[in-house]
Amino acid sequence: MAIGIHDFALPNVVHGKTSIFSPDATPAHSIFSLSMLVLAITLSIFLVVGGLLLYAIIRYRERLSDPDAAYEPAQIYGSNQIELSWTVIPILIVVMLFLATARVIYSTEHAPKPPSALDVTVIGHQFWWEFRYPKLGITTANELHILVSDPRHPTPTYLTMSSADTNHSFWVPRLAGKMDVIPNRINVMWVDPTTAGLYLGQCAQYCGTQHAKMLLRVYADTPAEFVTWVAHQRQPAAQDSSVAEGRTVFEHNACISCHTIAGTVATGRFGPNLTHVASRSTIASGSAPNTAANIRTFVDNPAHFKPGALMPPMHLNDHDLAAVTAYLTTLK
Amino acid sequence: MATQTPVPAVLDQTTSTACRPMWLEVLHDWVTTVDHKKIGLMYIGYALLFLVVAGFEALLIRIQLAIPNNTFVSPQVFNRLFTMHGSTMIFFVAMPVLFGFGNYLIPLMIGARDMAFPRLNAFSFWVSAFGGLLLYFSYFGGSGLYGAGSAPDVGWWAYAPLTAKAFSPGHSTDYWTLAILLSGVGTIGTALNIVTTVICMRCPGMKLSRMPLLVWIYLVMSLMAFVTISPLTAAQIMLMLDRYLGSHLFDTQAGGSAVLWMHFFWIFGHPEVYILILPAFAFANEIIPVFSRKAIFGYPAMVAATVGIGFVSLSVWAHHMFTVGMGAGANTFFVFSSMTIAVPTGIKIFNWLATIWGGKIRFTTSMMFAIGFLFQFLIAGLTGIMLAVAPFDWQLGNSYFVVAHFHYVIVGGILFMLFSAFYYWYPKMTGRMLSEKLGKWHFWLFLIGFHLTFDIMHIPGILGMPRRIYTYEADRGWMIWNLLVSSGAMIQTVGVLLFVYNLVRSYFKGAVAGADPWDGWTLEWSTTSPPPSYNFAVIPSVGSRRPLWDLKHPEDPDNNYE
Ligand code: HEC
Ligand SMILES: [Cu+2]
Ligand SMILES: [Cu+2]
Repeated sequence: MAIGIHDFALPNVVHGKTSIFSPDATPAHSIFSLSMLVLAITLSIFLVVGGLLLYAIIRYRERLSDPDAAYEPAQIYGSNQIELSWTVIPILIVVMLFLATARVIYSTEHAPKPPSALDVTVIGHQFWWEFRYPKLGITTANELHILVSDPRHPTPTYLTMSSADTNHSFWVPRLAGKMDVIPNRINVMWVDPTTAGLYLGQCAQYCGTQHAKMLLRVYADTPAEFVTWVAHQRQPAAQDSSVAEGRTVFEHNACISCHTIAGTVATGRFGPNLTHVASRSTIASGSAPNTAANIRTFVDNPAHFKPGALMPPMHLNDHDLAAVTAYLTTLK
Repeated sequence: MATQTPVPAVLDQTTSTACRPMWLEVLHDWVTTVDHKKIGLMYIGYALLFLVVAGFEALLIRIQLAIPNNTFVSPQVFNRLFTMHGSTMIFFVAMPVLFGFGNYLIPLMIGARDMAFPRLNAFSFWVSAFGGLLLYFSYFGGSGLYGAGSAPDVGWWAYAPLTAKAFSPGHSTDYWTLAILLSGVGTIGTALNIVTTVICMRCPGMKLSRMPLLVWIYLVMSLMAFVTISPLTAAQIMLMLDRYLGSHLFDTQAGGSAVLWMHFFWIFGHPEVYILILPAFAFANEIIPVFSRKAIFGYPAMVAATVGIGFVSLSVWAHHMFTVGMGAGANTFFVFSSMTIAVPTGIKIFNWLATIWGGKIRFTTSMMFAIGFLFQFLIAGLTGIMLAVAPFDWQLGNSYFVVAHFHYVIVGGILFMLFSAFYYWYPKMTGRMLSEKLGKWHFWLFLIGFHLTFDIMHIPGILGMPRRIYTYEADRGWMIWNLLVSSGAMIQTVGVLLFVYNLVRSYFKGAVAGADPWDGWTLEWSTTSPPPSYNFAVIPSVGSRRPLWDLKHPEDPDNNYE
């Protein structure tokens, strides 16, 4: 955890992994431009009013050398003209800001949805994310794959969101502002990343004990990458006879009542879908890298990475633990 | 009663209590008092006590967040800490301390001998105080029969459905609900008292248009309290119905609405911010003129702006809900109403500026805190405008930027002005001056600590750090900023400890203040320090907004200009 001088530098703000000032999709871009306007206006107001204040404080300080120190300064009780001017000028500024804001609100919330848009259903859970692709028949967790959008043939992704339990909020700052994920309610937002790669974010509405470790990873894939990914995710789980024992452990424990593994008896829906768990790069909503050792630790005691997570410790013996870990790592 | 009492025993009133130890007598006196000054002081003392507790909670929070993946406290403990910190600071520090000053000052400033309903006053204080104790009792009784017990961990907004039985078993949420409910009862009682006192008990000559601005502002603030505490109280009752009597108002598992709670909460919550900041304006309106040696500029505009803020602040609540998905129409409306409030607020800042302009500023500690307030409130107002820009809020809402913004309002605005008020009125309340030397140390330490903490805190928000997380990833570039924020918190702590020391030391050793140490203009400076329990031997009568100015400058009295 070395503190480098680069931590202070501006690039940190502009190129930060989750900085709102390094936008890479239309919604985040239009917020960015608007925010620059707002910053410019507020900064000018600050310089003018703050400057006047500073001037007044220095200029009108009591000086003991003053020849008529004993006298009170001239009493001035007010002036209607002056009051009027500093009422009208702020009103004009407010109207201007309001119009600029309304434009961005409508252009973002009422953007027409192109037929080429990708649909994803997002379901917030205490403390992980479920992603379903209704038209593609895919269910996955915590790591969202979407298409890069070429401005000439836009392929934005529309996220239809709701929650299975408490309130959450979907926030990937470089793509768009946040949108709350609320039970009994459906919210929609859209993103259209312009460059391929990984975008980070996390839950932005306090949702319970592990709100902090409800991280988000959004992969913007090129069309070719996306097609491969989809084809892979649509397959049932890998069947590797060398880990048959691990599969048996999984199927004979309560794992199956919380997790789904397509093509097996496991059809639980309380926890993340594990059909292709090994294809993800992290486990437990970004709490730990997806390695065999970490899976083993997590299954043995979820609280190790995530105290308060809703998966109970399963109390498997060492042998079963090793077997089930081996099985899960084959679920590519 | 047949027994005859010997005459001397009847006459001698002291014997029955003489054997009681001194402290018991003093205690009895304070517990049973209905004197507005004593109640005011109790409010203030009680708030200071909770300030230390909730400040300590903040310190633990900052230690935990100083570095990524810290394990100083567990997530469960952390979530309780921020819930208790927020709830305590709003309901059991800010509200009581502001009501304390109001209670103490309003009768003195309008030339009355007490509040309109002295016993209601005492009741309101005790019921609020009990609310605070109940909140902290949750640390022992919170889990009820389930376990050892602990405090609520639902955040100070207590958003549904996190408070539903399914997600919050045990009684921690119930303690929170009842504490807020009681504090609300106390608030309504005191607000009622202030409104009645101001309307009915002004001394001869004190027309509404001659009232000190402090009194005007407390009047508006109390009227707002009626409108805003009611939905909060209603929501608490509804929540209890949900939790114990099987209703499903907020129970989303059974078709209830999470957004309904948000509306109830913020219809209270936003005006509440103004209920808290208005008294800070009130102090500024009294203190800045006296230390600039000039009458307040634009008294009628100040009153109008206060009333304007009162009304507009009731129509802006959903700017706390820009990310809820209300739709473009509602978002646009609340952008507009929220921005409108900048206009009356701006008028106030400009009028303070004009008051200073052409004056002779005396840099007492009190004035220095007031000047700090002016700059910081300006900045807080400007970040507020940024957050009122709904799309900007989609990014910044619920991030550390918001946390920085509202601490700028509450600490940089309200707390700075409160410190200013302490240095200004402490001599009146105790008869002793606070040490200016310690005061300057307090000011500079607190100023540096404040800016280190809350200027920097905007940055992790911009970098995508959400609030209410007990830890964060090391690779996000948030650490250095959090480390600085946390170190600023330490410096602020030292400042506050100096202040508390000053309060205690000056009580015994401070210079004797006399009736009017600041050469003030309002009625409270015309009586002794501390004032006798009846305030004024003869009820004063006034001919202008600054009766003591008129006395001191008979050649040029104020009423020539009103
Ligand atoms: C009571 C329901 C429940 C049971 C039983 C259960 N899990 Fe889980 N599991 C969960 C939940 C909930 C999560 C998500 C935790 C989080 O990230 O907050 C999870 C997460 C996981 C993950 C990480 C998945 C990912 O993509 O991040 C693995 C692996 C896992 N469980 C394996 C198992 C195994 C193996 C068993 C049986 C030995 C099991 N679970 C039993 C509920 C359960
Ligand atoms: Cu969350
Ligand atoms: Cu608000």
